[in-house]
Amino acid sequence: MSFTVPAKLEAEIDELISHYPQKRSASLMLLHAVQEHFGYISHDATEWIAKKLELQPINIYELVTFYPMFRQEPAGRHQIKVCRTLSCALGGSHKLHDHFCTKLGLDAHKHGLQTTPDGKFSVEFVECLAACGTAPVMMCNDDFHEGVTSQKADEILGGCK
Amino acid sequence: MSQEFRLILKDADQPGYTPDMECYLRRGGYDALKKAFAMGPRVSPDGGTVSGPEKVRKEVLASGLRGRGGAGFSAGLKWSFVDRKSGKPIYLICNADESEPGTFKDRQIIHKDPHQLIEGMIISCWANDVKLAYIYIRGEFPQGAKLLNAALAEARAKNFLGKNILGTDYDLEIHVHRGAGAYICGEETGLIESLEGKRAYPRIKPPYFPAVLGLYMCPTIVNNVETLCHVKHILTMGSAEYAKLGTPNNTGTRIVSLSGDVKRPGYYEIEVGKATIGELINDPAFGGGLRDGRKLKAVIPGGSSSKILKAGEVFKLNRKGADGQMTKVDVPLLDLPYDFDSLQQAGTMSGSSAIIVMDDSRDIVECLANLGEFYAHESCGQCTPCREGSLWISKALHRMTHGQGRKGDADYLVNIAQNIQGRTICAFGEACAWPVLSFVKKFKEDFEARGAADEARNAADK
Ligand SMILES: Cc1cc2nc3c(=O)[nH]c(=O)nc-3n(C[C@H](O)[C@H](O)[C@H](O)COP(=O)(O)O)c2cc1C
Ligand code: SF4
Ligand code: FES
Repeated sequence: MSFTVPAKLEAEIDELISHYPQKRSASLMLLHAVQEHFGYISHDATEWIAKKLELQPINIYELVTFYPMFRQEPAGRHQIKVCRTLSCALGGSHKLHDHFCTKLGLDAHKHGLQTTPDGKFSVEFVECLAACGTAPVMMCNDDFHEGVTSQKADEILGGCK
Repeated sequence: MSQEFRLILKDADQPGYTPDMECYLRRGGYDALKKAFAMGPRVSPDGGTVSGPEKVRKEVLASGLRGRGGAGFSAGLKWSFVDRKSGKPIYLICNADESEPGTFKDRQIIHKDPHQLIEGMIISCWANDVKLAYIYIRGEFPQGAKLLNAALAEARAKNFLGKNILGTDYDLEIHVHRGAGAYICGEETGLIESLEGKRAYPRIKPPYFPAVLGLYMCPTIVNNVETLCHVKHILTMGSAEYAKLGTPNNTGTRIVSLSGDVKRPGYYEIEVGKATIGELINDPAFGGGLRDGRKLKAVIPGGSSSKILKAGEVFKLNRKGADGQMTKVDVPLLDLPYDFDSLQQAGTMSGSSAIIVMDDSRDIVECLANLGEFYAHESCGQCTPCREGSLWISKALHRMTHGQGRKGDADYLVNIAQNIQGRTICAFGEACAWPVLSFVKKFKEDFEARGAADEARNAADK
């Protein structure tokens, strides 16, 4: 197994495990930590986490396939998540999603996450982001953007290095 | 005219107010906790003693506080169900999953005033002999999780958390646990499974009532963010004063999330029942009315899972007359007081207090298709009626919004929804059936006209 976890990350992981009376509880937090570091959850990462928590790989794998935020493949460096749900749809989220896809040469009608060939951006629709009063709402990596017009969308893209 | 009444969000939007502990302390932060700790045991008239924690539990029960997460269940009563004799540890989990479409109130608290939540949690934990608690926050709030972690670290440094809190013999630790994008983690037993490191498959009740068999099969309290904040104010004000806010059986304040077709969408804190749906939509202090030239079509009153209300509807509500007798009175939609009981009597619910407004430019079938896709995506898949039914509903609605409607679609949708509700492990079954049943019932002509037009057109094309 070529997969290695840097000491700093492993220390962080050990700290997370200490938050729970049962190790297994730390699964989601470990998946987040690993995905943040490596960009996705590889097969080896799944096995590593399972071993760390004294579980079978399937116990981790079934989480990766259940929880929408975990990925088995790398995504773009800048991940654009546009809210698809009702309040945002009323507020123009489909237009916003179209705008991103057109700008980035992606297919607005394709289902699921799409990544630009240079690996810089990925775009996807997600469900309600709990900011419905300022529709349309989106996230770019960890940042929320609310009331996103086409102009603001271009600024967000421009700000991504 | 109704106004906002800010209790929970009193400080949050003040200029210069930050999530830092210094700000919170300057405004009397953690005084309620000190007050709770100072409540010594008291000898009751029958000679028994009532401990401090017991007194807090009684206060919360007497305040009439109802859960702000969805079901509106009495917080004090929920706490009274906790099995305190099992010898097992008792856990408390703050539900910060905030995933019901239309809802964005807990985020305001977490981002702007995290210490208020933490203080509410510490008091609630102390009152229930909890030594370890979690905040389950949805994965899409990475900043919120960071803010909470920073606030928890501050609280630890000041010994509001940790060992021998403020010189008492009470120990407590609170940790943040992040979800990862699944709506079903908001359902409390799904949340517990998720916190145990598993897929968020809701548990069957009975026997798995969290108060008895919750986290690690131990007694567990799950309360919403806003609910836990109220506990702090009940302590500060005393239950009697607190209960004067709002209306009988609907006490306190509530943060309403308003979105959709209004001029001023946003969050508004009101005394429960002291503003009507019409005021929330139209008053300048709240939604400010619909966009110019538009008329109201429908209102989703309590998050996407609540039953839709149609413009012009009139409801029969129980009202106490001058003679003290209960009578039924007609109340039009816009005059419905925004509280738990009135909405329930109107055949829907205040749920997570999220109002989504739709004006006459909206296509009701499209709106339901949007929600149908949400529920099909979010079903956890354990129960066949929910897993398959939500998908069939979504597929039928997709077909209808893509020119392939049929005359029988309205009945078809109702039939599926009726076969989901009441036949599932968790209330998600109802959450996905109710929008379908209510949209189709109240806007049947829209569904039928669409189906008939599509059939006619497609026949002519053949
Ligand atoms: C499908 C479903 C989703 C839910 N989502 C949430 C949620 O996002 N946040 C929340 O606080 N409660 C949610 N609930 C309600 C919780 O199960 C639980 O009743 C609530 O957290 C209890 O807190 P309260 O008594 O303080 O309201 C949901 C319930 C169901 C059935
Ligand atoms: S009703 Fe739906 S969401 Fe709830 S347990 Fe069954 S399949 Fe899962
Ligand atoms: S519907 Fe988009 S944030 Fe809620």
